[in-house]
Amino acid sequence: MRTIGGALARGALAMAGRRSPWGGGEDKGSGSGDESGEDGGQQPPSDPGRGPRNPWLPPGDNTRRSANIEDIFKAREQRKTGGGGPGRPGGGMPRMPSRPDGKSWLPLMIGAAALLWLGVSSVHMVGPKEEGTVTTFGKYARTIGPGISLTLPWPIQAVQVNDVTSIQRYAIPEGEGEKLMLTSDQNLVDLSYLVRWNIKNLRDYRFRLADPEETVREVAEAAMRSTLAEITLDDALSGAGRARAEQGVRERMQRILDAYQSGVAVQGVEIKKADPPTKVIGAFQQVTAAQQDAERDRSNARAWAQQLLARAQGDAAAFDKVYAEYRLAPEVTRRRMYYETMERVLSNNEKVIVESNGVTPYLPLSEVRRRPVAPAPADATAAAQAPSAGVTP
Amino acid sequence: MNTIWQKYKGPLIAAAVILVALLSSVVIVPESQQAVVLRFGEPVRVINRYRPNVDYGKTGAGLSLRIPFAERVERIDKRLLSVDMQPQQVLSTDQLRLNVDAYARFRIIDPVRMVRTAGTPERVKEQLEPILTSELRQELGKRTFQSLLTAERGRAMANIRDGLDKEAREYGVQVVDVRIKRADLPDGALESAFTRMQAAREQEATTIRAQGQKQAQIIRAEAEAEAAKTYAAAFGKDADFYDFYRAMQSYDYAFTNGEHGTTLVLSPDNSYLKEFRGR
Repeated sequence: MRTIGGALARGALAMAGRRSPWGGGEDKGSGSGDESGEDGGQQPPSDPGRGPRNPWLPPGDNTRRSANIEDIFKAREQRKTGGGGPGRPGGGMPRMPSRPDGKSWLPLMIGAAALLWLGVSSVHMVGPKEEGTVTTFGKYARTIGPGISLTLPWPIQAVQVNDVTSIQRYAIPEGEGEKLMLTSDQNLVDLSYLVRWNIKNLRDYRFRLADPEETVREVAEAAMRSTLAEITLDDALSGAGRARAEQGVRERMQRILDAYQSGVAVQGVEIKKADPPTKVIGAFQQVTAAQQDAERDRSNARAWAQQLLARAQGDAAAFDKVYAEYRLAPEVTRRRMYYETMERVLSNNEKVIVESNGVTPYLPLSEVRRRPVAPAPADATAAAQAPSAGVTP
Repeated sequence: MNTIWQKYKGPLIAAAVILVALLSSVVIVPESQQAVVLRFGEPVRVINRYRPNVDYGKTGAGLSLRIPFAERVERIDKRLLSVDMQPQQVLSTDQLRLNVDAYARFRIIDPVRMVRTAGTPERVKEQLEPILTSELRQELGKRTFQSLLTAERGRAMANIRDGLDKEAREYGVQVVDVRIKRADLPDGALESAFTRMQAAREQEATTIRAQGQKQAQIIRAEAEAEAAKTYAAAFGKDADFYDFYRAMQSYDYAFTNGEHGTTLVLSPDNSYLKEFRGR
């Protein structure tokens, strides 16, 4: 009777699971039904030799009634003694191979399974970054560190291993969506940031919070918003303001998470991106353009100023030099300069010399020919006025 | 096998019954749960009840016994739970709207009361949500928009938490924290905020340009003043000579550099020609 052991064990397990004697009883029944490949309870009673025959039934076993447990065992026993030989049509269970000395393999297999179970459920390998919590019937017993640890086998003690030292990263928002947040000056900023955290106290992490990961996320969100609501848009966009905000968020998060006794350590908060919203980004670029325009205006002015000053200094220096010479011989220098200038002026220009005042000026024909477009009389008058106004020392 | 069964039928059945009885009288309570034992529906005791500052391993979790069939066990979460609010529109005293999304963290500290009043933690959440919403609206509605944004700074969140906590105690629940998760402008306000931001930036751009021009002007004027000073320092030494010197330069510039020659009509009285007549 090799199946009954399994059926009983399974029944017991089912009972342990449901903690109900009735559940266990039903399981036992269906368990034996599965294995024999027939189910006495569900087949309607039928006359032997008539009606539809179940092809899986062994011949001769046709009397059917509601089977009780003993019946099932009995039927099994009969079949075992009768059948089991190869070639018998519809012949029950496949036989397990026997050991050479004719004994069953079953005790050995059970032993092996028990050993395996002990090995799997009581020896625990914990990786270098991990820790595990050991619970005895659900009650916290201890925390095991990296390496191999022994515990009592499973259902008595259970171990759950978590990665504690490696740093988890949450990007908020996930993906590339725009996340607008309000700043203290009621402007909006498109922000995405990264939260890095790990577990600093595995016990708290496992038992204190219903959903620690979601909590970290929500706390990060709340902390970021409240920090951002305290700084202006310009601060949020600038590097220094960002660094302050990151620090603020981190401290705030840690404070809240510690208040929850979450066992989480926030390692850092990094603002990946802080941009103006896409809808107004054009206006922001205009500001940059304006800044560049203003800078260009200023540097143009500075260049011009430098030019002007240099020129003034040059002029002044030149005057000083000439004046120093002039002081040595004022009259001569003055005359010399006058003649030299007049020479240059007159040698380059047309000259008309009118002998005496009161004579109508003679119109220079050569001039008129050369510049037919120019109104000659006006030109002449202008020219006539120029010397009397200008060249009088 | 049959013979074994026949022989030990009695003891086997007895063993099975004892096993079943044992299993049904043992309760396993994990650290994350507290269990209310109900005897015929009447709560009689609590296993692994929440007590602050008790170390894990000493809280009463693990194996416990109960009277089979007579006692039923109601398992209740011991951990910090969250109640999430539907986003709410809050109107500030200055008639601006803000969409607020908040959460509350609570823990069940009196499971017997909770089982009596609400039944399950889910029901507690359902009960708490509207209370949280109304507390939030009441408290935030007393504030200006600006202080709504920085609600965490002031007493607002603490007031909301205290208010919610008072109500929640009826259910055997302690509210640990209330926090605003998001505070966003509603759609209409969002558009006008964008417009406002745009206008502000345009104004800034114009200001920056004007400032740039102003500064350029000042730089030029300063340079001119500086140049004038330099000139004055040099030329002031002899104003009469300067007049002559500058006139010479000016003639040079005005008459020498012209592309087309200028026709000068000179009178013999001219100083330059005074020797022309011969003396």
